[in-house]
Amino acid sequence: MQFDRRETVPLGLAVLAPIAAIAIALLLCTPLISWTGMPAFTAYGIMFTGALGSPFAWSETLSRATPLMFTGLGVAVAFRARFWNIGAEGQFYLGAIAATLLGTGLLNLPAIILLPLIFMAGFLFGGTLLLLPAILKTRIQVDEVVTTLLLNFIVLLVVSYLVEGPLKDPAALGWPQALPVPPEATLPKLGGRAHWGLMIAIASAILIWILNARAVLGYQMKAIGANIQAALFAGIPINWVLLLTALLSGGLAGMGGVSEVSGLKGYLSLDLSPGFGYTGIVVAMLAQLHPIGVLISAIFIAAIYVGADAMSRAANLPSYLADVIVSTSLLCMLVSILLTRYRVRWRS
Amino acid sequence: MNSINLLLGVEFWVATIRIATPLMFGTLGELLCERAGVLNLGIEGIMTMGAFVGWAAVYQGADLWIGVLLAAIAGMVFGLLHSLFTVYLGLSQHVSGIGITLLAANLAYFFYRVLLPQVNTPPKITPFQPFAIPLLSQIPFLGKAVFTQTPLTYAAFILVAIAAYLLYRTPIGLAIRMVGENPSAAEAQGINIYSIRTLAVVIGSAFMAIAGAFLTLSAFDSFFVNLINGRGWICIALVIFASWQPFKALLGALLFAGFDALQLRLQQKIGAAIPYQLFLMLPYIFSIIALSVMARRAGYPKALMVPFRKGER
Amino acid sequence: MNSTSVQSDIVLHLNHISKRFGSLLANDDISLELRRGEVLALLGENGAGKTTLMNILFGHYTADSGEIRVFGRSLQSSSPKAALSAGIGMVHQHFTLADNLTVLENIMLGTEPLWHLWQRQQNARQRVIALADQFGLSMHPDAKIADLSVGERQRVEILKALYRDVKILILDEPTAVLTPQETEALFTTLHKLTQAELSVMFISHKLQEVMRVSDRVIVLRTGRVVATVPTAETTPAALAELMVGRPIPQPTRQFQTPGEALLQLAAVTVASQDGRPLIDQLDLTVRQAEIVGIAGVSGNGQAALFNLLSGLLTPTSGTVRLYGQVCDRFTATDMVRANIARIPEDRHTTGLIGDMSIWENLILADYAEPAFSQKGFLKRHSAIAHANQIIQAFDVRCPSPFATVRLLSGGNMQKLILGRELSRQPQIILASQPTRGLDLGAVTYVHQQLLNARDRGAGILLISEDLDELLSLCDRLCVIYQGKLSAPMPTETVSLQTLGLMMAGKDKADAI
Repeated sequence: MQFDRRETVPLGLAVLAPIAAIAIALLLCTPLISWTGMPAFTAYGIMFTGALGSPFAWSETLSRATPLMFTGLGVAVAFRARFWNIGAEGQFYLGAIAATLLGTGLLNLPAIILLPLIFMAGFLFGGTLLLLPAILKTRIQVDEVVTTLLLNFIVLLVVSYLVEGPLKDPAALGWPQALPVPPEATLPKLGGRAHWGLMIAIASAILIWILNARAVLGYQMKAIGANIQAALFAGIPINWVLLLTALLSGGLAGMGGVSEVSGLKGYLSLDLSPGFGYTGIVVAMLAQLHPIGVLISAIFIAAIYVGADAMSRAANLPSYLADVIVSTSLLCMLVSILLTRYRVRWRS
Repeated sequence: MNSINLLLGVEFWVATIRIATPLMFGTLGELLCERAGVLNLGIEGIMTMGAFVGWAAVYQGADLWIGVLLAAIAGMVFGLLHSLFTVYLGLSQHVSGIGITLLAANLAYFFYRVLLPQVNTPPKITPFQPFAIPLLSQIPFLGKAVFTQTPLTYAAFILVAIAAYLLYRTPIGLAIRMVGENPSAAEAQGINIYSIRTLAVVIGSAFMAIAGAFLTLSAFDSFFVNLINGRGWICIALVIFASWQPFKALLGALLFAGFDALQLRLQQKIGAAIPYQLFLMLPYIFSIIALSVMARRAGYPKALMVPFRKGER
Repeated sequence: MNSTSVQSDIVLHLNHISKRFGSLLANDDISLELRRGEVLALLGENGAGKTTLMNILFGHYTADSGEIRVFGRSLQSSSPKAALSAGIGMVHQHFTLADNLTVLENIMLGTEPLWHLWQRQQNARQRVIALADQFGLSMHPDAKIADLSVGERQRVEILKALYRDVKILILDEPTAVLTPQETEALFTTLHKLTQAELSVMFISHKLQEVMRVSDRVIVLRTGRVVATVPTAETTPAALAELMVGRPIPQPTRQFQTPGEALLQLAAVTVASQDGRPLIDQLDLTVRQAEIVGIAGVSGNGQAALFNLLSGLLTPTSGTVRLYGQVCDRFTATDMVRANIARIPEDRHTTGLIGDMSIWENLILADYAEPAFSQKGFLKRHSAIAHANQIIQAFDVRCPSPFATVRLLSGGNMQKLILGRELSRQPQIILASQPTRGLDLGAVTYVHQQLLNARDRGAGILLISEDLDELLSLCDRLCVIYQGKLSAPMPTETVSLQTLGLMMAGKDKADAI
């Protein structure tokens, strides 16, 4: 078997790749569904209607997609510069902490000022968290994969401390959850459970798109990702650009945390994110790191989660099925990307 | 005075070695993969899968050793998957590894829930019991601390020695090191890069799965969600800390475990004065610091994370 | 001599080998045969398909069609393993050694069955020492590769093949990295090999060497065999014509009076992280309208010198003056702003970004200048217009400025770099191995561009391992050895022999 690099990637193939990946992932997961005796076709039918079959389903899917858009954008920005941020989970929670700190009584401001302020704070919190691995990488060449992963655990313990200690909601009947955000710090709803966080995510994606395509910083990030030695030789300030990339990447994930607290949950708790940070990696890869693609792939992945929830309730299957499908999609997507970039030749 | 007693107590050393065991397996597994040039971020998920498969087999009535064996086989399957993606297809080792971790962990949780749909307190099994080695366990202090452990712990120590011997004293070990340093050089000597890398990743993944199985079959007696809790990532840090050398990996695992055991004891002593989360954080913080201290000196295998494609130009 | 004995004398047949890479037909129906105990030279310029053919023979690539017969048997599977066990060994142009391992480990790899639970190190060590003695390849078996010189590494490569009892040895451009004296030693070894009935395939694009060392010559041009001749019956001129296929005018250097000093280094030392000097107390001046050449075996401090002046390294001590002013900031951006053109050794890893488009690559050095960006945003239109200009002026063959650089040929990549660097009308030009791996037409083009720049008054520092290139282009020459630079010598006063001895560390006084 041999791989020949294609000279150009046909657009159709690039668009088809993620769709094929998800389709094949679903196919591969049918044995798990058949386990219960429900025919796979019925199961996928329930999945589809559960995710996209009604306005309610759509609002559910879009609200689930919103945090994934933020973490997916954060991952995409970092991966494009080959900065392996696997810590979007931690950055997401740090954003949520920012929202809770500023949004639950510390600042007495009208919504129109308070909301932008806590989004900015969430951006800074998330971004700052990622600065530490970025500094360690640029100053003393510490691998960022391990540091960002380990920081996720540290942040979760911080959250655990906060929701059991200083920020604990006394009215929550002993449940470890933080004080709820008041109406001034709550994002307006769009209908159902979907909220304005979605609009902010879309706006962020457009801004990142412009940054990538037109801005000097986007050019520098791309150059560093494509060939760091040549970027260094050309005089691109690599350390500085990587720090900015980290700030932006972590910041986007942090905004996701704010959006989830202010838009959907209303309070910080240890189960605020069922792995949005890790799923963000899948979202970014499905989108081939394109910011607009992130929006679409986030909806795709959210539909799988929402649909699989509906299906697993109907078929009495564990809800981990959705995670299995999503991680299979990631692996299938990796192969699809390969097939779009290379032609495979088999020989006897 | 108190803290000195803490370190001198034999219980502390027993605990240190017990905590070190899964780290030894995991670090050795990751080390083997990376020596052949493949970063295996699947470790966290493979450990989860190993923990689940070992436990589930024993829960269904299998012998403890059969549980370990099945766990190792499950690890090998995922190792094979990872090497298919990274070795044969040359895909990003980071992303493939994360994908393997997500897939293996979630599959384990899925089957766990299929097996036990509505259970809140996980059922227990009878785990490995400590086995006192005749004569050696009679040595004062050392006998209790080192030679009264569960069998898998002894296996871990022996495995470190075997791995070191294989790596430095046999043709296959030379091939593994060469493939991680300069695959084209190895290919020009007639070595099949793909087979050697796959072998290393598959065996390494089996070790990772045994690390997980140790947790459910020896350290604890049940499986639960988030059981691994970052131990896999700590192993990756330990490999760098150990500069990719088996005996240093053993040392690193023991050091880290000692620190963890100390932290647990301090937590009991000091109690509520300091939030317990701070103690739980210490191992992760320690890993980051250890990485930072060693990063500059680390002698990376030169071809780590560099995919090899035959005949590409 | 009857026909059967001629037959049995042939150790290797290549029959109708073809190989295509994308749109490039690298080997087009090539057939040849190799006889016992002969040195067969495979002559052709860069890109003629020599290395591809040898990589097919050694099993790195699979031919699209054709057959290989070794000692009368067809070589079926294409892998180095199969080639080695058929008795074919290869010394690659870019050595295939693991730096962190010892000589013995590099040699032994793959010679013992992988499932053996121990290594026979003692036997192997004795055998390596014996082979080294027999063929004049002295070597310490327990030395680490990283500590060896380039010449020694090549000897390890040859030993690797001999250790496996190969009968056919392929040498891919073996002299490219050697000093003239090391080359002589290699030829002596080759002579001993053929006396021991080994057959050697000697790949080269250097006519003199081919004439010296070979028994027969096969000339390749654009993937085809254009001639097979006994060496004794041909001349360098005839071979040159066969190899190139068309007359290539040699650029000539006209005398110019050098002007003011543009670049001055006084007692400059650059130390590595562990404190070892990479370049040591270096003095050097480059003036207007002259080309100063730095000769030397690679790894003697050329990289540090180039990186220092490119703004990637900072001197540990000493002063660097640009246009008479002391330079105290050493970043790539400062050097670009100081109007220094930098042509790096490696097009792929430092010169260009393969996965980005042509226009993006052409603003790499000065994207931050007002011409190409404003308020943090790129001026796409002017960048693309700039790219179109360079493509025209430097005759870059490409579909459009939006094409990915990876798809271009080596010569066109080098034209892009020249275009990017020279279109800024630089005062100082740094060039490191600017013609490595290019075909003759492209080489001539690069040389002409450098001479043109010199003639309009630029000062050029040319670092090269190609002594012919240095002797034909430079006004003055220095030799770098272990970080120390010789005093500059007018090119007219230097011979190839002197350069070779100086590159091996002899003083000039001794060398003459």
